[in-house]
Amino acid sequence: MLSRTADNLFWLARYMERADFLARILQASRRLATLPRAYGGVETEWESALLSSGAAPAFHAAGLTVDEANVTQFLAFSPDNPSSIRNCIELARVNARAVRTALTVEMWEAINGAFLELKAFEQASRSAEEVTRFLDFVKQVSAAYDGGAHRTMLRNDAYWFSRVGLYLERADNTARLLDVKYHVLLPETEAVGGSLDYFQWTAILRAVSAHTAYHWVYRDSLKPWLVADLLILRPEMPRSLIACYESVVQNLDRLGKSHGKQGPAQRHARTVFGQLEHATIENVFHNGLHDFIQSFIADNHRLGALVSEQYLF
Amino acid sequence: MDGVDGVTRVPYEKLAKWLTSVEPEFLASRRAQAELLFRRIGITFAVYGSQEATERLIPFDILPRIIARAEWAQLEKGLIQRVKALNLFLADLYGPGEILKAGVVPSELVYRNPAFRPEMAGRRVPHDIFVHIAGIDIIRTDDDGFYVLEDNARTPSGVSYMLENREVMMRLLPDLFGLHRVAPIENYPDQLLATLRSAAPRGAGADPVSVLLTPGQYNSAFYEHSFLADKLGIELVEGRDLFVKDDIVYMRTTEGPRRVDVIYRRLDDDFLDPLAFRPDSALGVAGLMGAYHAGNVTLANAVGTGVADDKAIYTYMPEVIRFYLGEEPLLKNVPTWRCREKEALAYVLDHLGELVVKEVNGSGGYGMLVGPHATKAQIAEFAAKLADNPTNFIAQPTLALSTCPVSVASGVAPRHVDLRPFVLYGPNGASVVPGGLTRVAMTENSLVVNSSQGGGTKDTWIIDDAPLARA
Repeated sequence: MLSRTADNLFWLARYMERADFLARILQASRRLATLPRAYGGVETEWESALLSSGAAPAFHAAGLTVDEANVTQFLAFSPDNPSSIRNCIELARVNARAVRTALTVEMWEAINGAFLELKAFEQASRSAEEVTRFLDFVKQVSAAYDGGAHRTMLRNDAYWFSRVGLYLERADNTARLLDVKYHVLLPETEAVGGSLDYFQWTAILRAVSAHTAYHWVYRDSLKPWLVADLLILRPEMPRSLIACYESVVQNLDRLGKSHGKQGPAQRHARTVFGQLEHATIENVFHNGLHDFIQSFIADNHRLGALVSEQYLF
Repeated sequence: MDGVDGVTRVPYEKLAKWLTSVEPEFLASRRAQAELLFRRIGITFAVYGSQEATERLIPFDILPRIIARAEWAQLEKGLIQRVKALNLFLADLYGPGEILKAGVVPSELVYRNPAFRPEMAGRRVPHDIFVHIAGIDIIRTDDDGFYVLEDNARTPSGVSYMLENREVMMRLLPDLFGLHRVAPIENYPDQLLATLRSAAPRGAGADPVSVLLTPGQYNSAFYEHSFLADKLGIELVEGRDLFVKDDIVYMRTTEGPRRVDVIYRRLDDDFLDPLAFRPDSALGVAGLMGAYHAGNVTLANAVGTGVADDKAIYTYMPEVIRFYLGEEPLLKNVPTWRCREKEALAYVLDHLGELVVKEVNGSGGYGMLVGPHATKAQIAEFAAKLADNPTNFIAQPTLALSTCPVSVASGVAPRHVDLRPFVLYGPNGASVVPGGLTRVAMTENSLVVNSSQGGGTKDTWIIDDAPLARA
C-alpha cells in the first residue's frame, strides 16, 4: 500500500476517535456541572475538560474565561482550536477524501454525511438541547465509522493501519482522562471517597461508558484505585490501556506478518504491553499514578513516531 | 424527443407514454432523491475561483436520453475511425511528418501550437499509441445528423458521471428500465484496465502495475480520479508518491519501492515532470520523462496529444482521416470557419451576431462568444480580439441543436444536449462503451452544456428494440 495512504488512514482513525473522546469529555463535564454546589463548591469541571483534551494552553492563550459556553464552543465548534470536534471531523474528511479508494462505501458515507450535517449544527443555536444533540451525533458518527470499518473492510494493511491509529489514540485519551481526574478534579480539601469524589469518578466512568462495567467487574462501591485498575490494567475493559495495547500489538503483528518483517514499532509496542501485563495497581499507586501515566503517554507518543518512520509516512 | 415534424421519435415512444402515466410530484420526488444520493456519495466537482462552494454538484436530470441501437452502431464506427486516425496523425507529427510535407495540414499550425511538445519529436511511444482514452463530443441537429463538435485527446473527463448516472437511475426508476432493453455500461472499468495493461511497455512483466496519477483532492475532477482508481483496483497516486531511479518509476509503499509500468495520468503535460516542463510544478515526478523516453513506462495518454484536439487542427480532421485511412469520414465535422484564412475572417467579422466563435485553445466554455445571445458591446469587444489575433479563433454556425426532454420544476421541458462517448484504444483494438455522457444545458434556450458553466448531465440509453424508421 502507498505510504501516504497508510498515513492518511492512520490519522483518519485518530481524528474520528478523538472527536468521540471530546464529545464524551464534554458530556461528563456537563453532568458534573449540574451537581448542586453543596456537594463541593469548587467548579473544576470545565478546567478539567480543557486539560484532559489537551486544549488548555490554546484556550488560555486566546484569553477566554473558563465557563460552560466558552469551553463547549472551543472544544466542540471552534475553527481556531486545531483539535476541536469540528476540526477533527473536517480533517478526517480531508484524509478520507484523499484515500477514498482505501475506504469502503459505508465508511466514506459515514464521514461525508457527518461533514454535511456538521454544517447544520454549526449554524444552530448553542442551547443545552442543541449541544446535547450534537454530542450524541458525534458519538453516533464515530460509532458508525468504526462499525463500518469493522464490518466492511478487507483485513489487510488498510485495516491494520486504521486500527493501530484508533487504539493508539484511544490509549492516549484514556491516559489523559485518568491523569486529569487524579490531579485536578479532586480538590485537595476533599477526602478521597467523599461525595464529590464519588460523583466525579462516576462521571468519568460514564464518560467512557464503563459505569455498569465497573459494578460487574468489582461488585463493590466506587473506589478510585479500582477505577484506575479498570482503566489501566483490566483487559476486559475495551478502553483500558492494556486492552488498547493488546490490539495495537495484534494489529502491528499482522502488518509485520504481511510485510514479512518486524521492526522497531512492533518491538516497542510489545515492550509497553509487557509492562502493562506485569504491573499491579498497588505498584502503580505506590510509585505514583501521575508518573506512571506521564511515562505511558510518552511511550505511546513514541510508538506513533516509530510507526511513521518504519512505514515511511 | 420530438423530430422536425413534431412526431415523437421512435426510441422515445415508451418514455413519452410512461411520462403521461406518472404524476408530476413523482418526478419531483425522484429529482430530490437523486440530488440527495449524489450529495451523499460525494459526486462533486470543484469550481475554480468560486468562494462560496468549492465543491458543487453537477445538476442531474432523471429522464434518460435515448438512442436506438442501429444509430449507435453507425456512430460507434465513426468514433473508432476517428480515434484510429488521431493516433496515426500524432505518430506522424512526432515522427516523419508526412502529412505536413504533403501540405494537407499547415505545419505552422502544428509547430506553433502550444500543445505541441518538441520534447516528443522523433520519439516512439509504447506500441505507437498516443491516445488510449478519447472523449469525442458529438451533437445532433434537428435534421437527424450527428456532428463532431470537439475531439478530447488529452485527459477527457466525465466517465464517472456516465457510470454513476446509470447507478442512480437504476435505483430511482426501475420501472422505466423494465420497459426498455438498455445496453449495459458497467464493464467500462474492466475495459479501461485491460486497455491500460495491454499498453504496458514491452519490457514489463506478465502482470504490469498500473496506477492513476491525480493532481490531488483539490483538482476539479478528483472525484472521478478516485472513483476510477477504485473501480479499476489500482493505486491512486500523487506525484509525491512516485520517484524515478535509473530511469525506472517506483511508488513509495509501506513495503518499500514498487515498480510502476503504466500511468493513467490525469495531470496535464505541463505538470508531469519539473525537469522537463514547468520547473515550478510540485505535482509531477522529477525524471519521469527520462523513464518515458527510455521506454520503461507507458503514459496514457501519451505526452503531446493536445496538439491533435486543438480546435484549429479539428477543422482538418476530415482531411486527416482521408490521408491516413483512405476512407471517407463517417462522422461529419461541424462546418467551421478558420479565422486564420482571410476570406473566412471577413465572413466571420460580418456575421458575428449569428456565429459561435471559440478560442482554439480554450476549454470548458471559457473564451467563447455565442453571437445570438451576445450584447452589442460584447460583439464589438470580441471583434477587436478577433482582428487582433485571428489565428487564435474559429467560428461555427449555431446549429439547430437537438433537444431532450428534461424534468424541470414546471414539468418536462426540452433542453439542448450534447454527447461525449468514450473510446478506448489499445494494441488489441478499439472499443466504445454503448452510450456516453449526455450533457444538458439546464437553462432554457442555452447552448452551453459545460459543467463549469452550470450545465448538467443525464443518463444515455442505447436501446435494442427500436427500428430506425419512424412509425
